[in-house]
This record gives sequence, C-alpha cells and structure tokens, in this order.
Amino acid sequence: MLSDLLSLNIGDFLRGAFGATAGTELLIDALGVIVVSTFCLLIVIFLIWLERKVIARMQDRIGPNRVGKFGLLQTVADVIKLLVKEPFTPAGADRLAYELAPMLTVMTALLMWAIVPFAPALVGADLNIGIFFFLAVSSASVVSILLAGWGSNNKYALLGAFRAVAQLVSYEVPMVIALLVPILLARSMSTQEIIQAQTVPYLFVVPLSAVIFFISALAETGRTPFDLLEAESEIVAGFHVEYSGMKFGMFFLAEFVGTLLMSALFATIYLGGWNIPLINLVITLFGGQPIDLTAIALGNWIGLVVFFAKMFLMYFVFIWIRATLPRVRVDQILDFNWKFLVPLSLVLILVVAVVDKLIPANASGVRPLVHLVLNLGIGLATVEILRRRGREARLAATGGDDAAHDGHGHDDHGHGHGHDHAHDAHDAHGAHPAAAVAH
Amino acid sequence: MQPIIFAILTVVTLFAAFVVVTDRNLFHAALAMMLSFVGVAGFYIMLGAGFMAAAQLLVYIGAISILVIFAIMMTRRIMGTTEPAFNSQMIGAAVAAAGTFALVAFVVFSAWGPTGQVAAINSKPEVPQAVLDNMVVELGRRLVAADGYVLPFELASVLLLGALVGAIMVARPSGEEAE
Repeated sequence: MLSDLLSLNIGDFLRGAFGATAGTELLIDALGVIVVSTFCLLIVIFLIWLERKVIARMQDRIGPNRVGKFGLLQTVADVIKLLVKEPFTPAGADRLAYELAPMLTVMTALLMWAIVPFAPALVGADLNIGIFFFLAVSSASVVSILLAGWGSNNKYALLGAFRAVAQLVSYEVPMVIALLVPILLARSMSTQEIIQAQTVPYLFVVPLSAVIFFISALAETGRTPFDLLEAESEIVAGFHVEYSGMKFGMFFLAEFVGTLLMSALFATIYLGGWNIPLINLVITLFGGQPIDLTAIALGNWIGLVVFFAKMFLMYFVFIWIRATLPRVRVDQILDFNWKFLVPLSLVLILVVAVVDKLIPANASGVRPLVHLVLNLGIGLATVEILRRRGREARLAATGGDDAAHDGHGHDDHGHGHGHDHAHDAHDAHGAHPAAAVAH
Repeated sequence: MQPIIFAILTVVTLFAAFVVVTDRNLFHAALAMMLSFVGVAGFYIMLGAGFMAAAQLLVYIGAISILVIFAIMMTRRIMGTTEPAFNSQMIGAAVAAAGTFALVAFVVFSAWGPTGQVAAINSKPEVPQAVLDNMVVELGRRLVAADGYVLPFELASVLLLGALVGAIMVARPSGEEAE
C-alpha cells in the first residue's frame, strides 16, 4: 500500500486505504481536480517570474531582482497587490457579461488540463476523445474574450474582441488539421495512447505538422507575434482594458496557464510526453530491451521528471519567440492563416494519409523515414515557392522603381512633380538595397 | 446520481431556452442559447456519447454561437438595446416551430406507442463490448464505410461547400463595384 503511494499510484493507495467504493472514487476524482488546478494556479507565479527573467536576459536587462532571491518573490508581491486592489466596474458595463468573462476564461483554461498525461499513471481523464476534447474546450474559450470585450462597454475592448474572434476562430482550422496528422499516425485521440504510439517522437516523423501546430498555438494563446487582441500600442490592452485587480489577474493567469498547456500538449503529441522514445531507440539499436516506464518501479517519478523537462523546454521556446519577434500586422494575420497555413496543412494531411495507407506498418522504420523525407520535401518546396513569390514581388517593386526613376529624369526640368518622383525613387532604393545595386 | 444530474441538466437547458425567447436583450439571449447548448452536450455525455458532446461544444458554442454574438456586436448599437418581442416573422416562426414539434412528437410516440415497441425500447439493445470500448473508432468507420453512412456524410460536405460558395457570392462586391 505504501509502495503505491511512493510510486505515485495515488488512486490505488486510496482504494487500498478506504476500500474500493463509489465514495472513494469520488474522493479520488475530487482530489485530482484540486491537485491539478492548484498546481496550475500556483505554477503561474513561477511562470511569470521565469518569463520576465528570460526576456530580460534576452534583451540584455537584469529583470526582477529585488524581492527575494533572484527576484523570485516578485510575482508573489504582484499577486498581493492585485488582490488588494479595488474591484472596479465601469459605468454602463453589461454586468452579466463583465463578471462572467474572467471566471469563464479561467474555467476553460483549467478544464483543458484534464487530458494532460503527467506520468504513466497520472492523468486527469484518459478520454478516448482526448485531443478532440481539448479542441472543443479551447474553441469555447473564445466566448470569454467576446464577453469581456462586449461587457466592458469600451471601444478598445470591443476592437480587441473583434480581432480575437477573427484570429482565434481562423487559427483553429490549421491547428485541427495539423493535429489530425499525429492522430492518424497513432490511430487514437487519447493522449496516453499517442504517447505510447511514439517509438520515434512525432517531431522527427512529421516535423511540418509540429511547426503548423506550434504557429497556431502561438496564435491561439494570443502571444507575440500574434498578440493583436491586446496590442498595447494600438488598442491599449484590448479586450481586458476595463478590468482591474484580480479580475484582470484572472485573464493574465488564463493566458499563462494556456501557454503552459500548449507546451504540455506539444510535449505530449510531438516529443513523446513522459515516455523516453529516443533513449529507447538507442537501446534497441544496441540490441537491448527498451525501458517500459509503465512497468518499472519508479516509472511514474521518471515520467513526471521527463514530462516537466519537455514541457518547460517548450515553454522556453514560447518565451524565446515572444522576446524576439515583432507583432504581425492586422491585415497580414488572416492572409497568413488562410492563404498559407491552411493550404499547407491540407497538403500535409493528404500526403501523410496516402503514405500511411501505401506503406505497410510492419516494414519497420521505413514508414517514419518516408514521412520524414516527404515532410521535409513539402517544407522545402513551400520555402522555395515563398522565395519565388518574394522575388517576383521584389521585381515588381523594382519595375515600379525603374519607372519612377525614368520619370524623375524626364521631369527634372520642372520641379512640381519631379520632386515627388525623386522622393518615391529614393524610398524604393532605401527599401530594396539589393535592387538599387543591380540598377 | 444519474436522475439528479439529468434533472439539473433538464432544468438548466429548458430555463436557458426559455430565456432565449423571452429576454429582450439580444446579447443575453445569445448567452442563454450557449448555456442551453451546454446542457444538450451534458445530455450527450450522460448517454455515453462523449464524441457527440465534444462536437456539440466545438460546433454550437465554438462556431455558431460565436458567429451569432459577432453578428449582434456588428449590427447593434453598443449595449442596452432591447428588441420588441414580436415581429413580422412571428407567424412563420410559429408554424415552423409547431411543425417541428409535431414531427418529433410523432416519431417519439410512434416508437413508444402501442404494445411491443415500448418493450423494444426499454430492453437494452445488444451491443458487443468491443464496440463499446472503441466507440470513436467504430463511429469513424461507420461514417466513411461504403456500406455505412459515407453517402450522407459526403452529401453534408457538399451542402457545406454550397453554403460557402453562396456566402462568398453574397459578400463579394458586384462587377462594377469591384472596378
């Protein structure tokens, strides 16, 4: 019994202690909910510190370093500040929507953690529709942003909500299609089964799917470079501009929990989750017996450590992107989705499905290799097409530049138009130094 | 336990549906509609159809309700607008609603009707355990199997394509405007 507790089989431990009754099951469920949501709420305190510190380092600053060792208690101080602030409701707000939005956003953010497998025996609910459940709840989470934007009775909030709908609903499409690829490979939507199906991490089988998922995950969490819904320099703070105190804190919290969830899902679906597929692969190559974490004594602990390492690695990448990329323009954001990500993901799912059907599963090692080669091929072809398009666009721009330049020559006598033309030509030169040299 | 949850879900769903038709604030009516959809998703879960519940969330809350709210936001003056309870489409809507109700009632009562059929419904149908364990897999197979539901499934996609093309045609500026 104690060994159950030590090996983290808490469910079995409780069943042993209280007997396998319906009450015990209820207790296990309730405990699971409390533990996971408390973990999510508390880890945010650390995440915010981590994000500030890492971004500061990347931008050659020091970051928080006054409160506690390395500034570790800075966020605790911030939380206390948020908690003691006056809860403020703007005049003319739609009270129902205004009060409901922060609660809903935290609820949906926490609900999605139900399917995250932390270790072989540690998962909220190993649903057979796991990934689909995540997609359903995440699509419902848009509602809270709409409520906040509408309920605040503020034009910036409303603008933020409009942008949120356009962006979040659109980027769901490539995300769903990209996630279909690992589902197809694993033949299951359950997160645990997807982990166990990965003899090679899917990142190295279908890297393109992983990239598309990552980009849409960035957009879905509303982080830079897709943080148009709260673009500070354009619409103040977007949908949560009218929120103060802990109500604002709840939006903030949901954003961080959501980002960590995306990291956890990426680790689960593309990096093998709590499993150690790469190490096992090396062991099998040398003729050894692969380690089965579900069978060995401390499997849950090892799985937990491995999972957290992968999850925080991905979280670091999220921070890295945030620190380095500028914001996308509002007219580019939908173009990028509908004209680039969606067609690419459609091609990808088509190719993966055909390969999966044509090559028999028992041809060991061949299928992942073909997938990988084709994925890289599609990726390279896409980059090549983009380069050609870019070159054409540049050529077209240079053509305009030439015309302007000629005009400048002809108009040189009179000053009226000549000045404008010269100005245009100068601008074009500035924007395309390569073209200027060629000219 | 089950009857209690069923009762709660029923009350929530029906109450929300009632609010949808009676609330003068369109935005609140849309919110109530969402709550009603959530209630229906709850019924699906109680029936053991988790996939349907998730689909209900994804389609009805994640897409349809958001579209409705979006439309309200785009067309109403911000906040506090109230709508009259009745408009010119009242009679048509009443006829449609009554017709749908009659149809559903007919189907339900013809199944529950005279002797024999009640027993057929009450007795649990024989479903192999393998199917119950792999409900999602089975659902997927049936949907695309040649002897399953592949034709209606594909027809639905044609319908959606038609709607898509129609929407683009409506939204597109006409030839002269585009110039």
